[in-house]
Amino acid sequence: MVRALALSAALIAASPLWAKEGHEAVTTFTLDNGMDVVVVEDHRAPVVQHMVWYRAGSADEPIGSSGVAHFLEHLLFKATDTMEAGELSATVAANGGNDNAFTSYDYTAYFQRVAADRLELMMRMEADRMRNIRLTENDIVTERDVILEERNQRTENNPRALFGEQMNAAQYLNHRYGVPIIGWKHEMEELDMDDALSFYQTHYAPNNAILVVTGDVDPDEVKLLADQYYGVIPANPDLPERIRSQEPPQTAERRLTYKDARVSQPYVQRSYLAPERDAGAQEKAAALFLLAELLGGSTTSYLNEKLQFEQQLVVYTGAFYRGVSLDDTTFDLIVVPAEGVSLQEAEDAMDQVVSDFIAEGVNEADLERIKMQLRAAQTYARDNVDGIGNRYGRALTSGLTVEDVQAWPDILQSATADDIIAAAREVIQPETSVTGWLMRDDEVTQ
Amino acid sequence: MKRILATLIAVAIALPAWAEIKIQEVTSPGGITAWLVEDHSIPFTALEMRFRGGTSLDDPDKRGAVYLMSGLIEEGAGDMDVRTYARELEALAASFSYRATDDSVSISTRFLTENRDDVVNLLRTTIHDPRFDQDAIKRVRGQVLSGLKSDQTDPNDIAGRSFAAMAYGDHPYATDGKGTIESVSGLTRDDIIAAYQNVFAKDRLYVGAVGDITAEELGTLLDTLLVDLPATGKAIPDKADVKIDGGISVVEFNTPQSVALFGQKGIDRDDPDFFAAFILNHILGGGGFESRLMHEVREKRGLTYGVSTFLVPKDLASVYLGSVSSANDRIADAVNVIRDEWARAASEGFTQEELDDAKTYLTGAYPLRFDGNGQIAGIMVGMQMEDLPIDYIATRNDKVNAVTLEDINRVAAEFLDPEGLHFTVVGKPIGLDG
Repeated sequence: MVRALALSAALIAASPLWAKEGHEAVTTFTLDNGMDVVVVEDHRAPVVQHMVWYRAGSADEPIGSSGVAHFLEHLLFKATDTMEAGELSATVAANGGNDNAFTSYDYTAYFQRVAADRLELMMRMEADRMRNIRLTENDIVTERDVILEERNQRTENNPRALFGEQMNAAQYLNHRYGVPIIGWKHEMEELDMDDALSFYQTHYAPNNAILVVTGDVDPDEVKLLADQYYGVIPANPDLPERIRSQEPPQTAERRLTYKDARVSQPYVQRSYLAPERDAGAQEKAAALFLLAELLGGSTTSYLNEKLQFEQQLVVYTGAFYRGVSLDDTTFDLIVVPAEGVSLQEAEDAMDQVVSDFIAEGVNEADLERIKMQLRAAQTYARDNVDGIGNRYGRALTSGLTVEDVQAWPDILQSATADDIIAAAREVIQPETSVTGWLMRDDEVTQ
Repeated sequence: MKRILATLIAVAIALPAWAEIKIQEVTSPGGITAWLVEDHSIPFTALEMRFRGGTSLDDPDKRGAVYLMSGLIEEGAGDMDVRTYARELEALAASFSYRATDDSVSISTRFLTENRDDVVNLLRTTIHDPRFDQDAIKRVRGQVLSGLKSDQTDPNDIAGRSFAAMAYGDHPYATDGKGTIESVSGLTRDDIIAAYQNVFAKDRLYVGAVGDITAEELGTLLDTLLVDLPATGKAIPDKADVKIDGGISVVEFNTPQSVALFGQKGIDRDDPDFFAAFILNHILGGGGFESRLMHEVREKRGLTYGVSTFLVPKDLASVYLGSVSSANDRIADAVNVIRDEWARAASEGFTQEELDDAKTYLTGAYPLRFDGNGQIAGIMVGMQMEDLPIDYIATRNDKVNAVTLEDINRVAAEFLDPEGLHFTVVGKPIGLDG
């Protein structure tokens, strides 16, 4: 009886955005303490993915403590009031599941994949470590060594990653996106218990978190469990607003060369400061997304056609736009010169081709082909509900709403050739750009 | 009913409910066999085709021919040059991808139901009538050479090549299937055509399909795509004679973190002790955060971000490998801890609790693999290549559960070879003698 009552209450609370026939089955609601919940159903296999996303990433760190968001992510696998260090992962494994976590500029997320009937256990443990971790000095010392080895593996051992850090640092004059997610090494070495706990106490709270559950679940049951385990955690009344130092007008083109003996294949990378997807205003971002596809998204893209097929100057071209971001993002181009072609020749050719593209305008057949693929991608995406869940988690931690996520495919379809060229003219500006050459350290500049 | 049953099982032995994977064997009118899982809930199909042989079919002086050929399949077919072809494929919103490994060349595809016939026609032309135009060869060769150059300064690649050269003698496994800069530079169009004829034949073909397609529709599709392929391809090489001696070899490379690849002789997939070794590996180094090595090297000592081991039972040889990376001044500690754990496992074996935990994990995690049409199609092709029965999925966990502590400790003593465990270390390690 109690259960039936609770169910009907849940039905009212949940906004049943049961998607149209043949679309993603997404239900969203918010708990009384402010925790957002997204449920994506797929009943083909008795499996669930349970995730908690925090609206806290490396760009929310205090100055001087770079890497603490990621450090804390590691430390959340240590002890709590009721669990020993490692017990959460061991329990997930003992139930046949997998778990892990990841950190980015704008979010930190924790997840478990497990049989659907284990959802309650996952929630109990995840809710526990939202407020109750208990760290020892030994945890700090050992895990700090682990993240330093992680930095060694991902970055210090990889000249392309080191080059990317320098590019980002040059791109952002004032915003925290210029600092690597994993942290600068000298600051990571100094991270301590206070840094970790201060970040934890400030940011880890239900009103700063999003629960994303995907798979073989019933949204009403998810609501009941979420109320039971997460709903009882008090909101943090002192949760700070996410105000980061923003970029001033960028008025000077930046150039850098990064030389390293470990570089075998030199290349040119260019980044431009670009607007991100904003809640209720995603049109410009949609145009930039399509611009990246048209310029460098596939075999038939414009840069590839001109530089690889016609002029035969490069072995690879690419254009990238990462629209899901809380603050200003970048639009990136990359060209990898063919044997015997200098970086200067490759860069000049790239610039010429981009300016030709803007002058010529968008080929409608190319645009229609990309839109057809985007429509098909919605069908293919339904085969991967965890991917759909991730999409919501990223968006909701990056200033977007559920409505924005659901409107995005239609906004992409509505973007016109003129919109795309207008966006290109606005973003492709030397003053806001960084040009980087990745070189062998014995290479002579021509 | 199913839900209640699942709950009961969960209470009893903490095993998750099962994904229902109903595999049918389909034989086309023309005699092509495939395994099919029908699932009409999403209007697309994943189709996986795999040809046994792979880059090991290369002649020694034509190393890299199969790999380069697999990169050229999508570079124009029939009367379509590469750009026309790419536009056709993009307009259909299908995807075809090609992968050449030591043991096989695979074609993984997915396509919408709404334009399936057009996609199948394009795929037929792709498989039967690739152009291998000279300009495409030049361009794709340039991409492969660019990749090979990058591999030369990648510590993981350096370690892999060095270890393989030591372990496999003059067998094709001893060298990189992508070829060398010299061998790839010398490949001609005739070499590419020869590689194509060596690889694509019906006597080595395995097919899996999952999604919005009936058995009858699949039969028609199989004949359109595959029935006209030649009956036989190039003979597959003999098995390799694996030779791994204990010790450490150091490849000097100026980088802050040393990368170590370690390994010993492995165990074949059809060995009666394979499941015992499979569980042993999980406990020792395969099981992520829960493994002994992860606990000793990372959690206790902070010597690495990751250490893992994996059984590599390939068609023509089996090895047991692992990898770890640590700062140059700490890698010696990591190597010592791994050696000690190897010896401890061989001499002391494992505990009943470790075995029980591993079984719970491995049996519970198994159904999580079947989480998408493409994944299931790939798994079904793998099962056919390993000659597993069509009902294997339903019996696999029983095989895991049948392994006893006695089995696993006997296999640990016989199989683990602390003396024969070799470490190949790339970097500037301190305190390690090569």
